Amino acid sequence: MKYEEIVHRCFRCGYCKLTGDYIGFNCPTYRKFRFETYSPGGRMWLIRAWLNDEIKNTERFQQILFSCATCANCVEHCVFPFSEDLVNIFIAAREEMVNNAVIPPPVRDYLKNINISGNPYKEPADQRGDWAKDSSIEIYDGHEYLFYVGCVGSYDERAKKIARTVGNLLLRAGVSIGILGEKENCDGNEVRALGEAGLFQFLAQQNIDLFKERGIKKIITLDPHAFNAFKNDYPGLGGKFEVYHYTQILTSLIPSHELPLKEYRAKVTYHDPCYLGRHNGEYNAPRKILESIPGVELIEMPHHGENAFCCGGGGGNFFTDILGGGEDSPNRIRVREALDMGARILAVACPLCARMLDDAVKAEEKEDQLEVLDVAEIVTRALS
Amino acid sequence: MTDIMHSLADIVGEDYVSSQPEEIYFYARDPGLMPPHEPDYVVVPSTVEEIQEIVRLANREKTPVVPMGAGLALTGLIIPLKGGIVIDMKRMNRILEVNEGARYAIVEGGTSQGQLSAYLEKNYPRLRHSIPDAPPTATIAANVTIHGQGRLTQQRGFNSDMVGGLEVVLPSGEVCKIGSCALSFGWFSKGPPLPDLSGLFLGWFGATGIITKLAVKLYPRKKFRDVEIFVTDRGELVPDIVYEITHTEMAEDVLIFTQPMPLMFRDNHHVSFYITGDTDEELEFKRKLIWKALDRFIKAKDGGFMGIPPAMKPTLLEMPQRSASRLADVKRGGGFEYSGPIIMVEKYPECSEKLKELASQYGLAYSGMVRVIDGGHSMMFAFAFAFNRSDPDMMENTRKALKEVSDFVLKVGGVYWKPTVEEQRMALENMDPNTRKLMKMIKENLDPNGIMNPGNWEFIS
Repeated sequence: MKYEEIVHRCFRCGYCKLTGDYIGFNCPTYRKFRFETYSPGGRMWLIRAWLNDEIKNTERFQQILFSCATCANCVEHCVFPFSEDLVNIFIAAREEMVNNAVIPPPVRDYLKNINISGNPYKEPADQRGDWAKDSSIEIYDGHEYLFYVGCVGSYDERAKKIARTVGNLLLRAGVSIGILGEKENCDGNEVRALGEAGLFQFLAQQNIDLFKERGIKKIITLDPHAFNAFKNDYPGLGGKFEVYHYTQILTSLIPSHELPLKEYRAKVTYHDPCYLGRHNGEYNAPRKILESIPGVELIEMPHHGENAFCCGGGGGNFFTDILGGGEDSPNRIRVREALDMGARILAVACPLCARMLDDAVKAEEKEDQLEVLDVAEIVTRALS
Repeated sequence: MTDIMHSLADIVGEDYVSSQPEEIYFYARDPGLMPPHEPDYVVVPSTVEEIQEIVRLANREKTPVVPMGAGLALTGLIIPLKGGIVIDMKRMNRILEVNEGARYAIVEGGTSQGQLSAYLEKNYPRLRHSIPDAPPTATIAANVTIHGQGRLTQQRGFNSDMVGGLEVVLPSGEVCKIGSCALSFGWFSKGPPLPDLSGLFLGWFGATGIITKLAVKLYPRKKFRDVEIFVTDRGELVPDIVYEITHTEMAEDVLIFTQPMPLMFRDNHHVSFYITGDTDEELEFKRKLIWKALDRFIKAKDGGFMGIPPAMKPTLLEMPQRSASRLADVKRGGGFEYSGPIIMVEKYPECSEKLKELASQYGLAYSGMVRVIDGGHSMMFAFAFAFNRSDPDMMENTRKALKEVSDFVLKVGGVYWKPTVEEQRMALENMDPNTRKLMKMIKENLDPNGIMNPGNWEFIS
């Protein structure tokens, strides 16, 4: 297994499952299950035991490994020199399981659907661009930027609305964007996180070839997960593009009055998506946008920035739901934290987070108290 | 599913009990060198009532129960030596009350050091507790159960001396309050003026009961805090240096470290003292008094103050010090263990020599870490060795070196801190027979079925 030479170095001291200020546990799976085995240290010790044949690949071991949301809280807070590799180690162990074809059925189904249909929803590829119907968003044809929305933005009803909103905002601000429509492929970020390295490489190569063929040099992504794959994984496979998350573009447009904002009064708290924040260090752009809206009172939850608490949707869990629901599910914990702050809007910058937190608001029966909105949706309200 | 498993699921809920191989594997071990021993079940309760039910069940079934915090003692104290039920306490982690005027906090038995520290910093910035340099996941209850030490130990004694009261689930399943809280709504004293019953639980490693709530005393957090390091290459002078520093009563915390790397540290003894103040004047007054007290060593060319590089200062000032955990990666192997006897400061030279001798004999990476206790009445001298978890020979050599430390400690009048089972046996064998008899009476009366963390404080005939 890749990283095999590192796994024995975990001291299971537990820094990895805390926030940097120690105010509480911040590993989403540990918060949910509360056995040490579901913490990063637990995973490290169990992976070593598995490699040494001291434990077997059981259903529970699979749950322990595949419930990890790859949120990188452990990477942020582990005190050892190998901290950077923690999530990679968990993914490498998943790869071993995938290679041995002993994986949880929802993971198998997800990978199968991507392989066969090109998306996790088993939807036809020719409907992939339908979200942009009735808008002025064009098919990419030499535009300055490719606007890449990803599987969730293309097929999930809630995410499709966000994709339309972001696309329309960019157009309104005069940004030259085009989409790939039915030609868009899965970016593969979750495929990689779920341990199917071969399929990921195939998808990445397909995308890289397509982008090059279309002359694409700059990409704006809707989704931080795609942003992460394009920015960090594609260059190693020959795909070097200028990649932006849409908030990074919007934040530069607002001061130049490309998007003139009116007053919109709201008490807002912002949830950092793990793949925008901890994985890629972008904490400011979404906050700057929100702060620039007159009337918006931006308040921070105790777990924010590098200490943000994951919604539980990363690492494939958005699709596989191995982390599962219930009162202690990360998305519900996160919604309660926002409610405790007295926020009326929980702002997000990721379609997966939007959906996860929307569901949690419903599960908490707090629809009358808290609204989950993408940053772009809040900006749009301030424009109208 | 066994009957016990069913019963445990009824008590804590199915999601919080396990007899799966993964939990059995993990909870059979701690990060130290003790051999594993598997529990039969692991439970993660959330209320005192659940713990009571678990203990009653254990009594009925004559099955052991082993309470566990973060499992960081390193000496195997949470390894279930006779199987049974491991109770992971960390779901019970609420901070229940802070009494600002009387300066104490009441927390649940699974509350971590880091959590209380962060909570106080945010909500009561003028108060602090004696945080140890263990990782911040270490629980407050487990720390006092092993008589841990912390950042206020030089001034205030062991962390267990700073307990303001306990709530304990007895081996019978009854809940008992210890200290002023037994009679008053205030948790300001663990004993006096009543008979101090806290000694029935503190230092017993859960062998006499499970602490479900406790009050920890809080102390003023000053606005400014600084550290200085006095270095000497004459180990025999360290007791005098400590004596002079503690005589001033100006230092909050006094630590000593001796280690071979980096090279400029080798064969030196670094006495670090921490000073605090609400004003610059207060800080400088304390600093100057200590400087003056150490002047004679400088004049005799026996030592001097080390210039602390700016990059090093935050490391020294952080609480807890992350660098303490990083010792585990010195050999790129995820492990270190130490024997940390409590011993008189006058024994420092012999201890530091023994440490170097053992490290050389067994080819080990070492660090000597000392915390002065209670104004210099004693110190904790940690004979710490890093090892590589994937190198069985190095692990075995570390065990041998630590065994020699165990023998050495008794010879120089030390007392084991958080002793391994073997050290517990040695302590019992060597202690006053009537003390041993008294301990036996206490244990057998409180825990007639011998279900509480058995194997620990077991009595030789």
